[in-house]
Formats: sequence, C-alpha cells, structure tokens
Amino acid sequence: MEIYLIIMIILMILGSIYSLHAKDLLSAVVAYGIVGFGLVISFLLLYAPDLAIVQVVVEIITLVIMIAVIVNTTHKDEKKIFTTKSSLVNLVVLLIFVGVFFLMFAHIIGVLSYFGQHTMRMAGVYIDSAYEAGSANIVTGILFHFRAYDTLGEATVLFTAVIGVLTVLRQYGKKN
Amino acid sequence: MILFFLCFILFMVGLYGIIMQRNLIKIIIGLAIMEYSVLFFLILIGYIDSATAPIISESFEEALFVDPLPQAMVLTAIVIGLATKALMLSVAIRLYKEYGTFDIRKMNTLKG
Repeated sequence: MEIYLIIMIILMILGSIYSLHAKDLLSAVVAYGIVGFGLVISFLLLYAPDLAIVQVVVEIITLVIMIAVIVNTTHKDEKKIFTTKSSLVNLVVLLIFVGVFFLMFAHIIGVLSYFGQHTMRMAGVYIDSAYEAGSANIVTGILFHFRAYDTLGEATVLFTAVIGVLTVLRQYGKKN
Repeated sequence: MILFFLCFILFMVGLYGIIMQRNLIKIIIGLAIMEYSVLFFLILIGYIDSATAPIISESFEEALFVDPLPQAMVLTAIVIGLATKALMLSVAIRLYKEYGTFDIRKMNTLKG
C-alpha cells in the first residue's frame, strides 16, 4: 500500500520537474497533467473516492483552459535561466526559502503521528452523529450539514472568481 | 515518514518553479504543483491503516473509517483552486495581449 503511494509521488515529482523544464509550453501543460492525475490515483489509494471524482473533473477543466490559453497565444518558452545577475538573486532567495521551509517541516514532523496511525479527535463526533445528517456518505454529510457555511463560502468564492474572469476578459465597455 | 518527505520535495519543486522560471504559464504551473502537494499532505495525514472509505453501508456497520474531516476540507480547496487558476490564466491572457510575450522580464512598463 505504502509502496504504491511512494511510486505515485515519485512519478508526480518527475512529471513536475519535466513540466518546469520543457521547451514547448504545450508539453509543459501535458506533463503538468501527470501531477494532477497522479493525485487522482493517490486519492483512490487513500480511500477518498469523492476527492478522486472532483479532482478528475477539475483537472480536465484546468487542462482544457490551459491548452486553450496556449493555443490562442504562443507555444515557445525563451529559456536563458542562469545568465543575468537577477537570476543569482533568485537562486539565493530560493535557497533561503528552502532552508526556512525545511526547518519548519523538520519541526512539524516530530509532532505528527506516523503514516497510517492517525487518531481522530474531531471527526469522531461527525462519524457518531452521521445519521443526524441523513447521508450515507460522511464527507457529503460534513459538507452539507455540519459545515454548510463553508460550502456557502466556497460558492461565494466561485461566484467572485467567475465575475473576476468575466471582468478581466471583457471585450467591450472600455473607452480607448 | 518518507511519504511526508516526498510531499515536501514536491512542494519544493513548485517553489523552484515560481522563483526561478520567467514564463508566466510555468509560474502558474508551479503554483498549482505547490497546491497539489499540500492537498496530498493533508489527505496523507488523515489516512488510517486497515480502514475503509467513510461511507456507511449495511455490511460495514462498525467499520473503521479514514478521517473524513480533511477530505471534506480538501474537497472545498480543490474547487477553490480551480477558480484561482482560471483567474490567473485570464490575467495571463490579458498580459500577453498587452506585451506580446509571457516573459515577465519584459513586462516592466506601467501602462493601463
């Protein structure tokens, strides 16, 4: 079980590295699809079927939007990374970030329990009173009964994003 | 523990993409990779050995479930991630129409 997850996440790491170094933007987007669909298979292995379904839909929509953007603009990526002085600054910033994040990760990894030995504290209440929500799927019960305000907020964020996309991409109404 | 560390490496690959790349599409890809690594990490924490998916059925009346709370929260985060990605890509289209390139080094003039 754990070995399959390790294989999947190594595949995702390789796909993301290729995606960030591809010369053609179309192949970069397709390699980025490896990460998303690898996440789908990992969700299935981790017994999260709802997440796998949602992730498949979201990943396909994201890839379609990205490919539409690239087809309408350009394929090429002009690459000259390590040439100027500013890229040296970028490298230093990257190393500082990696160091800080690694320190925080090493601190937090001592607090967490080992993989597969998680103890539920909060979700036990949700599971015990699952019949109150009236849903056989506990994840759906949490989303639409116990934490319905979160779902309302999610709908608000989606509405705001749609309004934002329509505003940014509008063709008419601008005075030139 | 090695799974948590590999998740951290995936996060770092996304961070590398954001800081070192100059192409706007690749920066967006790096941001999405970081987001996916965080979602994967949250679901990894909620996993319990020899448990099943959190769905109540007749035959599994007293079964042990994996933690459903991170799954519900990540379900919200995935959809919000789609919205933010669509917004970022639409801004990238506008920038391409303005400057004729995705290279952020050439986007150095402030014009409306």
